[in-house]
Amino acid sequence: MNEIIKVDNLCRDFKVGEEVVHALRNITFTINKGEFITIMGASGSGKSTLLNILGCLDVATSGEYYLDGVSVRKMDRNKRATLRNRKIGFVFQSYNLLPKTTAIENVELPLLYNKNITSTQSRQKSIEALTEVGLADRLYHRSNQMSGGQQQRVAIARALVNDPVIILADEATGNLDSRTSYEILALFQKLHKEGKTIIFVTHNPEIASFSGRTMVLKDGRVIHDTPNMKIASAKAVLDTLPVEEEEEDIARHIV
Amino acid sequence: MRYSNLIKIALKALANNKTRALLTMLGIIIGIMSVIVILALGSGAKESIKDQIGTMGSSDMIMIMPYMGQEGGVTQSASNMQSLKREDYESLLNDAKFLKAVSPVVTTGGQAISGSNNTPTTMYGVSPSYLGIRNINVSSGAIFGDDDVSRATKVCLLGRTVADNLFPDGEDPLGKTIRFNSTPMKVVGLLESKGASSVGQDQDDMIIAPFTTVQKRFLAINHLHSIYASTVSEEYTNEAMAEIKEILRRNHKILEGNDDDFQLMSMEEVMGTIDSVTGLLTTLLACIAGISLLVGGIGIMNIMYVSVTERIKEIGLRMSIGAKGIHILIQFLIEAVIISLLGGLIGIILGWAVSAIAGLFLDMNTVIQPSSVIISFAICTLTGIFFGWYPAKKAANLNPIDAIRYE
Ligand SMILES: Nc1ncnc2c1ncn2[C@@H]1O[C@H](COP(=O)(O)OP(=O)(O)O)[C@@H](O)[C@H]1O
Ligand SMILES: [Mg+2]
Repeated sequence: MNEIIKVDNLCRDFKVGEEVVHALRNITFTINKGEFITIMGASGSGKSTLLNILGCLDVATSGEYYLDGVSVRKMDRNKRATLRNRKIGFVFQSYNLLPKTTAIENVELPLLYNKNITSTQSRQKSIEALTEVGLADRLYHRSNQMSGGQQQRVAIARALVNDPVIILADEATGNLDSRTSYEILALFQKLHKEGKTIIFVTHNPEIASFSGRTMVLKDGRVIHDTPNMKIASAKAVLDTLPVEEEEEDIARHIV
Repeated sequence: MRYSNLIKIALKALANNKTRALLTMLGIIIGIMSVIVILALGSGAKESIKDQIGTMGSSDMIMIMPYMGQEGGVTQSASNMQSLKREDYESLLNDAKFLKAVSPVVTTGGQAISGSNNTPTTMYGVSPSYLGIRNINVSSGAIFGDDDVSRATKVCLLGRTVADNLFPDGEDPLGKTIRFNSTPMKVVGLLESKGASSVGQDQDDMIIAPFTTVQKRFLAINHLHSIYASTVSEEYTNEAMAEIKEILRRNHKILEGNDDDFQLMSMEEVMGTIDSVTGLLTTLLACIAGISLLVGGIGIMNIMYVSVTERIKEIGLRMSIGAKGIHILIQFLIEAVIISLLGGLIGIILGWAVSAIAGLFLDMNTVIQPSSVIISFAICTLTGIFFGWYPAKKAANLNPIDAIRYE
């Protein structure tokens, strides 16, 4: 089966006092295995709300949501927790690493909540994931000893480690400078090339050109959903930027 | 989820916040320490009081005295005060099956003199079996015999204090003749030292002589001041007391329904009273220690609560990567229990050290019972679970989206 995500007439209402906020209104789309999709929209358009539902952190007020062929609507809290643990990888704007904890321990975290995985396996998988994001030489660095870009790489490794069916990134470059942003985008493009399915939420229109599909939300509705034929290479953009040794240097000095 | 992983997670969380963990532990450390110290000192005090009481006489001792009345200070009739007679002693000696030794006691105060030395002291008129009843040993010479009793001979044994006062130059008193209230008495033996009693009385300040001698030559009386006896075995104290009562009531021709003109007291009762007094004291102090433990527990709850608030984002992250509510709950409970147990362990070690030092200063043998250690650990675990539960539950019930967005 090729359909990883299928949402049908999805609505999400929030009650704020007497009023009802319609954060999502009748959203319908499907995402296939191996897609890299950017969800754009102004602040408050409902991007995070949608991503939370897709990530099984939240449930829709009405409408259906199938993840990897399974209906999420009827699941209870615990079933959704297990689903998140096995099938979803989250990347947040503010990294959300555990403080004073090494890179490898942060990456191992999702596997600690999976009883089928032994500690040897989890060590092995975490090293693989950190190697994948280019931090093979930073396994035992603590989160507070790393630059923002490195921290986000650790967070991406953590999202990869459970081999999820989909990676959900909410403003993953929002806290980073433009060069580091392109580095992270290049990493996502590399992961996509290797077959990962990625949903990348951003309010920055420039980023849309690096993915194969762009969806635009406005007031909780999908107003555009178009394929992108000319996918730009983040790595190519990176090569045109002047090389800044600074950040790497700072990172090295902190270490 | 492997529970070993949760323990690992909890340990890491604690290691990342050592100061906070230590501060949380403080209440438990102090609480458990005071429980251990109080229980150790309590049982140590009980032991040393019992030891001292033991010097009064063996634990199978029974004292028989004339009835003194319930109201202190009321003058008793002369006949009541003189209710114990030599015949009573002899009946007890011959008829009581539950007694292994009986001795009459008459006492008189006076001045003991030897050469130019003199000292005020008390002479105890007794029978030879008195020494066994009171746990007194003869250090040199020998106790007088039954014929000395029947002939009321003028022989005596000196307690250490009296001997030291009368013969300060280290002369051997044995075989010498001293005078007590101007009556010459031959010293036939010396008593081993017993030290001060539990009430501070010098138990070596005594002279022992045949009771007949004291009755006839010093007091000119026919009655006895008291009778001391010891039972064949401690378990038979009640039977022995009943038997004594029966024999004395028969001797004194007391009609049924009338009150005794004598009273009995057993060493066992004395010990029992001491036990209940020190027990009450220990319970009281343990309650105070318990309250400090409660305060320690509330401290845990307090800091756990703060810690949950501080770590809302971490909890949100854990949930978003697949932790269930129960995992968060157990993680926080494990943290609370580890803190309590670690605090308890430190408290036990400190408590042991403090009671050992206190025992050294108070010159008593402090005993830490294994039961108080086990109870302490049980209390710690329960404290951790009980006071950790509410904050842990709060953490577990957080909504993952709100938690991860929390700033
Ligand atoms: N928990 C909530 N309670 C009430 N309103 C909410 C809640 N979450 C989001 N909203 C509202 O839903 C709308 C969409 O929010 P969000 O999905 O965060 O937007 P975006 O991520 O695109 O900036 C906004 O109007 C926001 O105020
Ligand atoms: Mg948002």
